[in-house]
Amino acid sequence: MTSAAFERERRPLWQGVIGFNLLSALVLGIGGFFLGTWIGGQIAVGHDYLLGTNQNDVGLFMGYLFGTIGWLAGLGFFNYPLARMAGRPPSHRHHEFAGIGRYFRLCTDHKVVGIQYFFGVGIFFFIGGLNAMLMRTELLRPVEHPFPAGQYISLVSLHGTMMIMMTSAFIVGPFANFLVPLMIGSRRLAFPRIESLTFWLTPLSGLVLMSAIARGGLPTGWTGYAPLADQARAGMDAYIFAFILIGISLTLLGMNLLTTIVTMRAPGLTWARLPIFVWGILSTAILMALAAPVLVAAQLMTVMDRAANTGYYLASQGGSPYLYENLWWFFGHPEVYILALPGFGIVLEILPVFARKPLWGYRLAVAGMLGVTLLSFMVWQHHLFVSGMNSSLRPFYMFTTELISIPTGFIFLNGMGTLWRGRIRFSVPMLFALAFFFNFLIGGLSGIFLSDVASDVTTHGSYFVMAHFHYTIMGGLVFAFFAGTYYWLPKMLGFALNERLAKIHFWLMFVFFNLTFFPLFAAGFLGMPRRVSTYAPGLQGLNDFVSASAFVLGFSMLVFIANLVYSLVFARVPAVENPWESKGLEWQLPTPVPVLDFERIPVFNTTPYEYGVPGAPPVATLAPGAVAAAGR
Amino acid sequence: MTLGKRLLGVVLGLAVGSALIAYYIVSYLMATPPVVAATGTAPSVRLTLQTVASFGHQPHTDWVSYLAKNPVGKWVHSTVLRVPAHSLVKMTIYQFDTATGLRNPFWGRPEGVVGGTITVDGKRLDELNPDLASHTFAIPDLGVTVPLKGVPDNAKNQCSVAPCTLAEAHTTITFAFRTGKRGKFRWQCFVPCAAGFILGFGGPMQTLGWMDGTLEVV
Amino acid sequence: MKGHAFRIVAIWLVLTVIAVPLVVLVLGPHLPPGRFSVEAKDQTSANTVLTALLMPIVLLVLVFFGYSLVAFRHRGPAIEDGPPIRGHGPTQLTWVLATGAIVTALAVWGSYTLVETARGAGGGQGPSPTDLPKGHSPRLNIQVIAQQWEWTFRFPSYGGFETRQLALPVHQLVEFHVTSLDITHSFWAYRLGVKADAVPGVDNVAFVTARKTGSFTIRCAELCGLWHGHMYRTGYVMSRSDFNTWVAQQRKADAANLKDLGPYRRSYYPQPFHRAG
Repeated sequence: MTSAAFERERRPLWQGVIGFNLLSALVLGIGGFFLGTWIGGQIAVGHDYLLGTNQNDVGLFMGYLFGTIGWLAGLGFFNYPLARMAGRPPSHRHHEFAGIGRYFRLCTDHKVVGIQYFFGVGIFFFIGGLNAMLMRTELLRPVEHPFPAGQYISLVSLHGTMMIMMTSAFIVGPFANFLVPLMIGSRRLAFPRIESLTFWLTPLSGLVLMSAIARGGLPTGWTGYAPLADQARAGMDAYIFAFILIGISLTLLGMNLLTTIVTMRAPGLTWARLPIFVWGILSTAILMALAAPVLVAAQLMTVMDRAANTGYYLASQGGSPYLYENLWWFFGHPEVYILALPGFGIVLEILPVFARKPLWGYRLAVAGMLGVTLLSFMVWQHHLFVSGMNSSLRPFYMFTTELISIPTGFIFLNGMGTLWRGRIRFSVPMLFALAFFFNFLIGGLSGIFLSDVASDVTTHGSYFVMAHFHYTIMGGLVFAFFAGTYYWLPKMLGFALNERLAKIHFWLMFVFFNLTFFPLFAAGFLGMPRRVSTYAPGLQGLNDFVSASAFVLGFSMLVFIANLVYSLVFARVPAVENPWESKGLEWQLPTPVPVLDFERIPVFNTTPYEYGVPGAPPVATLAPGAVAAAGR
Repeated sequence: MTLGKRLLGVVLGLAVGSALIAYYIVSYLMATPPVVAATGTAPSVRLTLQTVASFGHQPHTDWVSYLAKNPVGKWVHSTVLRVPAHSLVKMTIYQFDTATGLRNPFWGRPEGVVGGTITVDGKRLDELNPDLASHTFAIPDLGVTVPLKGVPDNAKNQCSVAPCTLAEAHTTITFAFRTGKRGKFRWQCFVPCAAGFILGFGGPMQTLGWMDGTLEVV
Repeated sequence: MKGHAFRIVAIWLVLTVIAVPLVVLVLGPHLPPGRFSVEAKDQTSANTVLTALLMPIVLLVLVFFGYSLVAFRHRGPAIEDGPPIRGHGPTQLTWVLATGAIVTALAVWGSYTLVETARGAGGGQGPSPTDLPKGHSPRLNIQVIAQQWEWTFRFPSYGGFETRQLALPVHQLVEFHVTSLDITHSFWAYRLGVKADAVPGVDNVAFVTARKTGSFTIRCAELCGLWHGHMYRTGYVMSRSDFNTWVAQQRKADAANLKDLGPYRRSYYPQPFHRAG
């Protein structure tokens, strides 16, 4: 079936506004919320805990639940199951819109989902960043000014939660959805409707999380520790529900990607020829599918503690806060590798293109990613070294945590080997990829401090930890995200991004990221705990310097947004088909990528890294029937 | 689309975004209760507070709360208090709530107050039976902690809507403490009195303007 | 090719030889948390060893990257490919073995010092600590009670009086029993090098021996609600005689409510608050 044979209907504008789209989702979602709150009110009427608290957690959870159902119904997710139950035949795509409307709907085109993720998740990323700027404003003075204590803690919690929730989907969302099928020679992911579902749950959870503001905010930080979570105000319910939605989204996305990569590779694509980015996504998908359900379980127990009088995490009722801490970190540690692994995949994908050499040590890179995936399930108690855990277990977790630095180190060897005797071009994606290595080096090595129990006693719960994870997550993942954005956005959207603005963005971000977060190692070493709005007055100079640098860092993000707006709205310079002269399969396709991606399913010949190999075949034969006929 | 339309779209988007952000910052993040100054001038001032069992009004009808009397004599729903530095602060608290009991009986002992004791309903008190405490008034960074005796459960004419009047059942606690140099100090209650919240420390016990506050020493 | 490798290694060696002694001799004494207590001293040595060890690794990667970005930079307009080097078995093997050896050595050294010499390095070890002090020096038990949002301390060896101030005698092995009355906090005495989570219903034990008199800051290191950032106090390490005087004063002051405090227990299960209605 060729692209020409597949026509989307064009409909008049009013038909676009009315129908199964984002607007209906919002309307039905809000309606569902009120319905659910009313139902919850009926269930919980007369319960003694309503009196005195003036908050109905049962009502709120029911409200969010019915709101979710309304949201999904408004987008049309129930249409296909109901149609099948009514006897209609199965299909993947039909009645889908052409034009910009399809970005606001359930669309089973993986390219559309990728772009939806980019903008739909990106907006929440920037909201999280705004919260960070506000936090640094508060920390300009060692007393509470301008935000009172309760609001500051809420700000911290919202920033952390928004960032973790959104960055979990930040790379995997846009790039995996858009590129994995293209890189493996498939036209879609294994489950396109679920793919769209995993996207649409994400902005919903962002909205649910933001509704916490209207309910007294969030006091627990992104980790949501019980029993503080049990006694928090209604804003906690928003956090819990948002995280449950994200947990479901991550699990489904992980399973979808895993199935796709394992079963839908085109002929000739052996495991040894798989692009390293796809290996990174594969490792991430394994973690998502296995770890995210534990998050949902931990949060469901908090729901029950808050709404149903259970005592899972309450010592006074026979429960234990340790239950939450262990379940949480059993998810939490693989979660941070969900954040790191796609970054590895992207930079190792980009480095060969701009060093013009094959990826050095391909098998080692794969072993590194899979090693990280396996080991990440065995290290979680390093978050609990001083918590009163069984102290005889601490050497074991110290060992496994230090062990995980070995596969992580392979990535560095791969990067170094790829650069060795290369012909390095400093395009903007390359700059970000190189900055990734610098930042992750510092971030990763600071993790060694935290893995040693004695050193962890100094630094646990302090700004040292903050600096460590910002270096690895922001310095790693977010820099890799921008590398991927500048690299792939011309292919994804069909427009070139302005290079000068991009370079300004890079240099401002790189320099001021380091100026912001490196001093925080010192702050932690000097005894400043996390999540406080008051600190020792002697640390004010340090904090003021960090805040000033953070403001410039935030400004660099505005430069990025300005670049996007300028390039996509005003300049609109069409992108060249292969601006980076890359040998990857996605670059052999036209820009914009046709609806069905490939005229025919390609046959793979080799890895996409055949730089410097004289007479190397293209990575895949795009019209295999014609070649076979000619060669006969 | 023409350049003009695109420009308009971008400007509109920016305006809406900025408005939302400004609203978020000003009306949520920076919202604090109003400041209530002590009556009188340095070196000796008076502060009068009351604690109510249930506020009786929106936004939280059933929450316990402190209220403060401003220099004009009006009860203000605020816990942000202002006193001068290097002064003697004479405090009167009208306590309208029933007893909940102290989780840590240690707070039954008044500390940081002039003379080392407080007066409850006219009688000196050195140590309050922890089961009789309804709330405490504590400024930990100034070393002040004062237990507030509860109204008996079977008292007649209990108050349920703030502000409460002296005609309703209450206990009167008076004490004095000295302020030192300038600064901003937090104060709080140590009784787990947030009804319905797990461990009694949620809701009003963690919200500025209800059972927690700041003392500005200027 | 040999030229490049030689130059990289040479630059790296020179920088390492300069940096590592600088770290150990100049930076080391200033690394946190200092030498105020034995456990703090152990943490400082751990931090020094780690910084000194990680220095060569950082330098190697940075020198390699820095050198490569300059030496292997593409010049000229035409894009040309580099040599198709896909890997080098011996290099990979060396790297795997070297990193494996370093990591294993670190883990072994870390475990040995934690268990054998550092008696837990001041960290909370839970109700059944396994990293115990050597010998039979008498221990002073001090219970740290965390509650929202203040620290109180009980001294079971002196009748169980409770106080808001913390004082310890110098050169005395102190066994902290950290617990909480409501939710999870974390007792962090920075200069003492003690950090132990305060979990309700749990007795978290941490050992410390102070080496000098002076004061130290106590902060809460686990987010516990509204006034988490305000849960800080100053504690004091005093001479033995000053400590005895202080104890006598506190006992006298606390005599009145001692009967209300109830007996000293390893943990106090918080009473579930009766919900209204």
